[in-house]
Amino acid sequence: MTAVAELMDYADVIERFNPVLGLEVHVELNTNTKMFCGCPNEFGGEPNTKVCPTCLGLPGALPAVNGKAVEGAIRIGLALNCDIAEWCRFARKNYFYPDMPKNFQTSQYDEPIAFNGYLDVTLDDGEVVRVEIERAHMEEDTGKSLHVGGATGRIHGAEHSLLDYNRAGVPLIEIVTKPIEGTGERAPEVARAYVSALRDLLRALDVSDVRMDQGSLRCDANVSLMTKDATEFGTRTETKNVNSLRSVERAVRYEMTRQAAILAEGGSIKQETRHFQEADGTTSAGRTKETAEDYRYFPEPDLVPIAPSREWVEELRGTLPEMPSERRKRIQQEWSLSDEALRDLLNVGAVDLVAATVEAGATPDEARGWWVNTLAQEANTREVELTDLAITPKQVAEVIGLVTSGELTNKLAKEVVQGVLAGEGEPREVVEKRGLKVVSDDSALLSAIDEALAAQPDVADKIRGGKVAAAGAIVGAVMKATKGQADAKRVRELIIERVGS
Amino acid sequence: MPNISRDEVAHLAKLARLAVTDDELNVFAGQLDQILDSVAKVSEVAADDVPPTSHAVPLTNVFRQDAVVPGLSQQQALAGAPAAEDGRFRVPRILGEEQ
Amino acid sequence: MTEIVKLTAAELAEKIHAREVSAVEVTQAHLDRIAEVDDHIHAFLHVDTEGALAAAKAVDEGLADGNAPASPLAGVPLALKDVLTTEGVPTTCGSKTLEGWIPPYDATVTRKLREAGVVILGKTNMDEFAMGSSTENSAYGPTHNPWDHARIPGGSGGGSSASIAAFEAAIAIGTDTGGSIRQPGSVTGTVGVKPTYGGVSRYGLVAFSSSLDQAGPCARTVLDAALLHEVIAGYDPRDSTSIDAPVPPVVAAARQGMTGDLKGVKVGVVKEFGGDGYQPGVERSFQAAVEQLRALGAEVVEVSCPHFVYALPAYYLIAPSECSSNLARFDAMRYGLRVADDGTHSAEEVMSLTREKGFGAEVKRRIMLGTYALSSGYYDAYYGSAQKVRTLITRDFDAAFEKVDVLVSPTTPTTAFKIGERVDDPMAMYLADLCTIPSNLAGNAAMSVPSGLSEDDGLPVGLQIMAPALADDRLYRVGAAYEAARDAAAGGALIHKVPELGGTK
Repeated sequence: MTAVAELMDYADVIERFNPVLGLEVHVELNTNTKMFCGCPNEFGGEPNTKVCPTCLGLPGALPAVNGKAVEGAIRIGLALNCDIAEWCRFARKNYFYPDMPKNFQTSQYDEPIAFNGYLDVTLDDGEVVRVEIERAHMEEDTGKSLHVGGATGRIHGAEHSLLDYNRAGVPLIEIVTKPIEGTGERAPEVARAYVSALRDLLRALDVSDVRMDQGSLRCDANVSLMTKDATEFGTRTETKNVNSLRSVERAVRYEMTRQAAILAEGGSIKQETRHFQEADGTTSAGRTKETAEDYRYFPEPDLVPIAPSREWVEELRGTLPEMPSERRKRIQQEWSLSDEALRDLLNVGAVDLVAATVEAGATPDEARGWWVNTLAQEANTREVELTDLAITPKQVAEVIGLVTSGELTNKLAKEVVQGVLAGEGEPREVVEKRGLKVVSDDSALLSAIDEALAAQPDVADKIRGGKVAAAGAIVGAVMKATKGQADAKRVRELIIERVGS
Repeated sequence: MPNISRDEVAHLAKLARLAVTDDELNVFAGQLDQILDSVAKVSEVAADDVPPTSHAVPLTNVFRQDAVVPGLSQQQALAGAPAAEDGRFRVPRILGEEQ
Repeated sequence: MTEIVKLTAAELAEKIHAREVSAVEVTQAHLDRIAEVDDHIHAFLHVDTEGALAAAKAVDEGLADGNAPASPLAGVPLALKDVLTTEGVPTTCGSKTLEGWIPPYDATVTRKLREAGVVILGKTNMDEFAMGSSTENSAYGPTHNPWDHARIPGGSGGGSSASIAAFEAAIAIGTDTGGSIRQPGSVTGTVGVKPTYGGVSRYGLVAFSSSLDQAGPCARTVLDAALLHEVIAGYDPRDSTSIDAPVPPVVAAARQGMTGDLKGVKVGVVKEFGGDGYQPGVERSFQAAVEQLRALGAEVVEVSCPHFVYALPAYYLIAPSECSSNLARFDAMRYGLRVADDGTHSAEEVMSLTREKGFGAEVKRRIMLGTYALSSGYYDAYYGSAQKVRTLITRDFDAAFEKVDVLVSPTTPTTAFKIGERVDDPMAMYLADLCTIPSNLAGNAAMSVPSGLSEDDGLPVGLQIMAPALADDRLYRVGAAYEAARDAAAGGALIHKVPELGGTK
């Protein structure tokens, strides 16, 4: 066992060092078929059932490029403000590994399809950081190994491994940032915000499922530190296995504190691959390589160059949806949101949901109120994403409509929402089933008011004496008597009338 | 130009995943040296202004439709496998890390 | 030997389609011939008796039902180089690493042959993974030249060339990366054509050097080669380097050539291919061939292609580089040989031990050479420079074809050498492909057609004809005209001078 790494206090790290980040994100495209063959591109399934001679690397089989994947790559490049290559090639990256059927990965080397772009990333407090994009290139995914005989499927100590090539050949776009400097103490936050913004962008483009939990979006975080007076970058580590947005932030922060402790002791950082441990938020070293990898890249002879015409590129530019950042700006204006209100909306990931709710007839304020407060809380308690709650924007709009028309009180509306979330059906069905109609019959209310006034004559006197605020006690009693199904505002009006008459 | 050593040949064999014997190392070192010496001639005419040719036929933009084509069954896929288990290819324990 | 096996593919097809003889009889005659002589020749690694007879029977039944033959070669028996995949039939590439591997799919060439009703007799011997010029690098033992069993039948496709020279098959398929169809054709007195790169699909052709490999026809006559060329050629979306254009009219060109008129055709003699290292008998045969072309009405001029002398070194960088990557897949994980899987060795060790055991010396040598040439620090000097030479050679061809319609040279500098003579001297072996390599690097079409026997040793010599990319038809016109004139002058086809085999070794 290796000793637990020493860590430097984060504030001290920031005082002594400048962090430099480099983020490599791999995105699996959601095309129908794989990158170089007609096998289905689907997650999971029985092992080795989505394979053919090409993706199994059988002798003699040849690749053929999926045009839709190239289209996806170009659209991603354009959305990231990249230049699109006039001419580029695939290249073979040669290394042996059992999950890679040909023992080379068909990728792109010095001729990526997209390069030189940027993505503006908004942090929680509204600060915008521009992350420069080095390149976005096309490649193929590997198969999956299952390690048998060791502890809990880990590679170390396994007796043998089992390989499934269903994922082999799935189209991947690798998006690489330029070194991100000058973010200081906010480096971990920037890393997270970048991946989050990229995910939103890719979702808007509808090019990927962007599920970090399923591996369709994967992030490798390169971290290095420079002393405050240094002019050259320090040695970096590359942390893999970072499978959630939160992990991106934790992994970067951990590496900063770990590296700082080593550097402060006069030690040096080993250029290595590290693995993030979700359980305790640490990173651990991979096996050290005896020599630097020599991938022996060369142009893929089995595939011809790609030369996207400018007409095609412009046509694809025309298919780009409104970018999430622009959309945010527009929404802020249209809905007259304060920066803070917009941030709350973004933090809970409710922009699309609110927009859809507004489209279904609700006002922006009401829709926002429901999603950001009530429903975000529900999602939180249930530990699911807001989008995964069992209620649709249309249903939320319907509930809001019932409140507006006076058929429901806010309190009742919340109960209706609970019913919908519990799978009891559409809002109106829940109202029916649970008997949640507002008691709007004044005569029924008046008898309840009379009863309450008779029970509390002293309060009745106070109201008569001009202390209108005292009516609250009577309202409470009436609401209790009607099991909350009365409109409190109407009750109050009736009490004043009754006492005054 | 070249003068390929036994150690270099051993390194190449390792990169190429060939468990060559000591005898082979000696033979290959001599032969590779001789061959490299002869092929190094290409640099005589490889001037900076000559573009490299990677493909014999100058084609570009050859794409496939994104439509599923029937592939192999699991049984066909595994038919040639030295070892298989639970629908997967069985291989000895893997030491290296994924890349 | 029955007379059936001596017939050309065109003659056999005619008789089969006219139902003078059945495809089954023709196939059986060839199977019998294989049984009779292949112990001495060793052209075949696998004979698919059942599959061949079933295919022949299907052709006969179709004809009996009154259907038109599926192609002009329906029913004709063919030998397939063991580097093309065949569903359900072993494919070894002459390597121990693939011993017993049965592909689950057909190569496009295989599929086209089957669809054309061509009867596949079996798979032919070859240098391991097509690396070699003598077929001595086969893991399954060498093939013997039917003209002299102590000599090589050329390589890598020595099994294919020997099978047709020994009348075991009427036609054969070869693959040509640096000359592996043409040089075996030359040393066995047969016709071999490397089509334009991209003219025949590479899907299912187990790759040696992807940017150079090209499958093509082997035959005893130019017309037979043309008929086979038309069966296997054509666009294939499974091969991205396949050319989406009509197949050049090679059969029509062969028939035109057979009329014996080459007036208006300009022939360029490559100045650089002659002199030192060329056997005198080969040079004399070549000179006589050039004279013959002139006599047929062709205008002959000398053409210089100054960079052709750099083709061999460029080839021995590009081909090994690509092969080092192409052969990486043979790693004992998914198919093929696996050794040392005893629970004590890791996957990495099993890979290295299996590759060491499964590959022969030449394959290992080229893998290491290619690994070196692609390594960072060496890439520009070696692989990068070789690719520039490729450009220069293409330019030489372009300039030459501005002036002439076809280029000619000897196919290979010598006649068949003795088995064992060059095995320990890789550089000497590599020289066999000196004249054939330029067309692989530039991707244009080239043919070897027999030009008689060398005065030195009485062994066959080949004339190489080279045409621009997609002008494969020119090869056939010039080749067929030359063949007809040579045969007429010599009183018959060269191939009938091959010594009788039956039982001698």
